[in-house]
Amino acid sequence: MTGGEQLIISGVGGQGILFVTRILAETAIRNGMPVMTSETHGMAQRGGVVISHLKAGEFSSPLVRPGRADGLLAMKEENIALHRHFLRPGGWIVANASRVPAGLEGHLVHVIDADALALEIGSPQAVNLILLGFALARLTDAGLFCSTHQVIATIERRLGEKGALRAASLKALRLGMERAEA
Amino acid sequence: MSERKLLLGNDAMAHGLVESGCSVVASYPGTPASEILSGVALWRERYGVPMHVEWAVNEKVAFEIAYAAAQSGLRAATAMKQVGLNVASDPFMSAAYLGVTGGFVVISADDPGPHSSQTEQDSRLTAMSAKVPVLDPDSPNQARELIAAGFELSEAFRVPVMLRPTTRVCHANQDILPGPVAPSERTAAFVKDPTRWAATPVFRHKLHLELEEKLAGIAAWEPTAPRLLNPGVSSGKALVASGVAAAHAREVLEDLGLRDVIPLWQVVQPYPLHTAFVERLLADYDEILVLEETTGVMELQLADRHRVKGKRSGFVPEVGELSPELVERLVAAFAGIPAAPSVAPPTGGGRRPTLCPGCPHRASFHAIKRAAPKGIYPSDIGCYTLGLNLGGVDTVLCMGAAVSQAAGFYHAYKLSGQVPDIVATIGDSTFFHAGIPPLIDAVVQDARFVLVILDNATTAMTGNQPTPALGWGAGGVPTATVDMEGLVKACGVRFCRSGEPGNLPAFTALMKEAVAFARTDGLAVVIARQPCVVDRTYTGERPPKRAVRVSDACNGCRFCTTQFECPALVYDEETKRVVVDTLVCSKCGVCVDVCPRLAIEEVGK
Repeated sequence: MTGGEQLIISGVGGQGILFVTRILAETAIRNGMPVMTSETHGMAQRGGVVISHLKAGEFSSPLVRPGRADGLLAMKEENIALHRHFLRPGGWIVANASRVPAGLEGHLVHVIDADALALEIGSPQAVNLILLGFALARLTDAGLFCSTHQVIATIERRLGEKGALRAASLKALRLGMERAEA
Repeated sequence: MSERKLLLGNDAMAHGLVESGCSVVASYPGTPASEILSGVALWRERYGVPMHVEWAVNEKVAFEIAYAAAQSGLRAATAMKQVGLNVASDPFMSAAYLGVTGGFVVISADDPGPHSSQTEQDSRLTAMSAKVPVLDPDSPNQARELIAAGFELSEAFRVPVMLRPTTRVCHANQDILPGPVAPSERTAAFVKDPTRWAATPVFRHKLHLELEEKLAGIAAWEPTAPRLLNPGVSSGKALVASGVAAAHAREVLEDLGLRDVIPLWQVVQPYPLHTAFVERLLADYDEILVLEETTGVMELQLADRHRVKGKRSGFVPEVGELSPELVERLVAAFAGIPAAPSVAPPTGGGRRPTLCPGCPHRASFHAIKRAAPKGIYPSDIGCYTLGLNLGGVDTVLCMGAAVSQAAGFYHAYKLSGQVPDIVATIGDSTFFHAGIPPLIDAVVQDARFVLVILDNATTAMTGNQPTPALGWGAGGVPTATVDMEGLVKACGVRFCRSGEPGNLPAFTALMKEAVAFARTDGLAVVIARQPCVVDRTYTGERPPKRAVRVSDACNGCRFCTTQFECPALVYDEETKRVVVDTLVCSKCGVCVDVCPRLAIEEVGK
């Protein structure tokens, strides 16, 4: 499978994991890539661990096999340990955590305290987009299949008619991007 | 719509239904099938197609409504999950004999894993038992395409056709180029034929003979014949796969470098398996590996134990999903090559599903346990099943069984004269679905227990679909309403009171009254009425917000985190005290009345 990219996005119910997955998947389509994602619904979504698999490129299975993911986006620190086994050697981790956890040698790790930032801007539900903005800005050289500009375009298209939500979403995304440069 | 669009498998099927000129669709929500009907309602509105689309009160009703449309010559469909098909199995079995006039597609979504179901049953086995042909898609896009194929098959042979997607098809998203929508120009025209539509047993015998003939024809129907995914490959070994296992197998073959070594046959119609295909398989190959979820339905039809490896041979596990990593190991073993070392997931860790912060059910269970601390608690299917974390749920069987089981426990214990308090819980949607007949039975048989109807004004577990009490249906269209209290009273219940569980002291008092009534006078119904916290469709009033904090009086006893289990109350290992996680707290304030030391207090009071 050349040119394809496989990501794991994980967190707990209510964190907006499906929204982030959808934004990335729609961006992949705009980039002309075939895309498949796999989601968690129903009882598992109630406060439990939520994981989504995203595969952009020539794939046929909707699921990522352990040891094959290029990256892991973890909305909670506890999800790193839970889903790190999906990563291939050298795969990246971007996580919502206050500091880099020990024992992650062999992976490129970036962390941001998105919980604290979300509280700072008075928007507890913004954690997902803060983390996404941070990941996009930090991974420019790691070969993510899309750029921050493309993701902004997707959010604008998707939330175009929802003014306040669109503005809040872009604000959260940009906050994450800014902190990536700090 | 001419550009590629990211569609959820269920939305893709919904689009397929609208594309195919389907006129009537009825469903009852159930994960993983829930979004099919809401998708149909959405496309119907977007394209302005005249259709009847409804959330029916249960799957049996949904099936029968759609079936009548198919009897009238229209294209029709019904969508449910595998345990929903159990509810609709009575008409399903019979409809195969009677047949259809217009195309009829029954979507029954399976949940190998299982991720959100009571069972891992295989709807294809039910289809086999009913003698209904079944199509097994490997992806959202193929599911959409097989809707059209299903209607053609159904109309060619005048039989209902099952489409059996699984969780990984329903809840996968894929970029899809949807086809054009052509509204149906048919009008309903039911042609009376009592020997068919109202057949007595003598005629049913004849219909069964006809059905067998149809099945023989379907087993030779070219459009749904198995497909060789890597033509030109010859080998003594062959892979035969259906559903998402075929998608996994395709990718795995590629990664193992076996794409040009082992032929991979995808079966889209696992029942009836094409006769010529079976003959060809057994003639051409020495070893055949069958990959399918969940039961060995194709394997059963490949009656050659010596050459066929699969679930019945013990080569493929009969329980759980066929994950791509498992398929990789199986294919490598079958090919006789080393597999990549398996990467084990960590053991333990993670969070179990729990009721949302601020969920009214949490308060209801707390009050139930206070009112009947030594009670038996039968419960039912819905979010509130998670009350088992709180010790408020003792049994869960199937939709509506909380009521009949409560009655059953009463009758069983009454024989020895030692009846404990019995408090059953059922959701509002589940009550309408299957709770009314057992309630009538319980009243008539004088079973004495408390039934708490947890009325959060929605079908919460499956994504907030409407109930008959709300006054709106699929796509938000207005509907008539049914009054729950009136219904309960009409069933002969003399104690029927409602309360707001978020007001814990008052609701606990109401529960105690109900328990006392049940001990001496008969069946009592309490309606615990408070809206679901995550329901965005709810437009009525909500309880006032009550922000809380934990005071110095907290001694870390953890009563609130273990007995009340609100995700917003977190035990801090460093301070040995409980803190409020303001990121998730919904400010329901119920925990103020839960702490035995009164250490949780309302901010500003």
